Amino acid sequence: MIPAGFEYHRPGDIASAIGILQEHGDEARVIAGGHSLIPMMKLRMAEMGHLVDLQAIDELKGVEVGADTVKLGSMVTQHELITHDGLATAIPLIREAALQIADPQVRYMGTVGGNVANGDPGNDMPGLMQCLNATFELSGPDGNRSVAARDFYEAAYFTARGDEEILTRISIPVPGSGVRQAYEKQKRKIGDYATAAAAVMVGNGTASVAMTNLADTPVWSVSASSALAGGDVEGCVSEMLDAIDPVADNRGPVEFKKHVAAVMLRRAIDRAQSRAG
Amino acid sequence: MSKMHVKLTVNGKEVEGLAEPRTLLIHFLREDLKITGPHIGCETSHCGACTVDIDGKSVKSCTTFVAQVNGADITTVEGLTNDDGSLGVLQEMFREHHGLQCGFCTPGMITRAHRLLQENPNPTEEEIRFGMAGNLCRCTGYQNIVKAISASAEMLNAQKEAAE
Ligand code: FES
Ligand code: FES
Repeated sequence: MIPAGFEYHRPGDIASAIGILQEHGDEARVIAGGHSLIPMMKLRMAEMGHLVDLQAIDELKGVEVGADTVKLGSMVTQHELITHDGLATAIPLIREAALQIADPQVRYMGTVGGNVANGDPGNDMPGLMQCLNATFELSGPDGNRSVAARDFYEAAYFTARGDEEILTRISIPVPGSGVRQAYEKQKRKIGDYATAAAAVMVGNGTASVAMTNLADTPVWSVSASSALAGGDVEGCVSEMLDAIDPVADNRGPVEFKKHVAAVMLRRAIDRAQSRAG
Repeated sequence: MSKMHVKLTVNGKEVEGLAEPRTLLIHFLREDLKITGPHIGCETSHCGACTVDIDGKSVKSCTTFVAQVNGADITTVEGLTNDDGSLGVLQEMFREHHGLQCGFCTPGMITRAHRLLQENPNPTEEEIRFGMAGNLCRCTGYQNIVKAISASAEMLNAQKEAAE
């Protein structure tokens, strides 16, 4: 379980990190918490000549809770998301979902930026960010740009991020006070990815629903969301079942995954609707 | 690949060494520094036997490159004894409450429980189980581990009160 060798870099600002990525092209990769990347490197499924550690870049840290917008630095860990009380008050869905990711040790290291930028269909944050209608801020050699979470995912491990770009910050609109939220995840054991997970926001005549690990990208469905906004729970579930595209694997056959998807979505809707708010 | 100069604080002592950046922290601790408290159970981020405390975080040292922790402050189970070398509270309570059988998972359990009690000095049973979910034990059935951690919390709180 020893990965191939690499040269290690620990730049202190975004510009130097991008410089290293430009200099080494395909040979370089960034590492955040490393709890997705290092296991892949140990299996020799990921190899790179240059590893660019983002831990010393202060610009990538910090949680800012504003009246209308929450901004998360990409290096904010799951543990920090969980322990930030202001964040839990503004958008309770984030703590609720983060508590269901991996295990305590992994949550101290795993970052929100790594979770969303990796493009692994098993990660929870991409679906969550689509539900919340977050925007990802990217910095690269040509400057900064923003991409909506709902437009970011192209296929498993393929995203709108360019090779020489770094995801720096995530902006999330604070949902209105009547918008209730819930995250439901079915997994086989602690630390497992979801068999199916559902992120739901509903209230004030609006709704947003997204699901995780049921296709090669997260699935946010406009028709499922509008069905729920109109109060039609069964319509929402059936629209979502049309939108997902699970494949059979060691978490079960397709029929089972669709069954679990429907159960998770109904539970999340029920729980969100039963919440005060 | 060329080696890099690594400088860490481990259990309060400054240590230095040369290592390839790809060296996993668990291997550096065990093979270079001969600190063999942290164990290698799975080597795949699942079991928690390799857990150490890095700058106030519980971390699986099999999933950390030594390069990433260059400059960090690390505590292993060896660092959780009392100053005179006798067993620390958690260690003593694991012994007292039979929180171990083969002992393989124990260094990771105790190191993780240490951080858990720093963050939450009065955990409920449920909070202990949730907070210890990254550590597997194949012997005890966990019940006595939970008891040992509860008892440690009580004892640590009593010590704190007595000191005040
Ligand atoms: S040896 Fe590190 S988690 Fe098992
Ligand atoms: S005491 Fe044997 S694995 Fe826990």
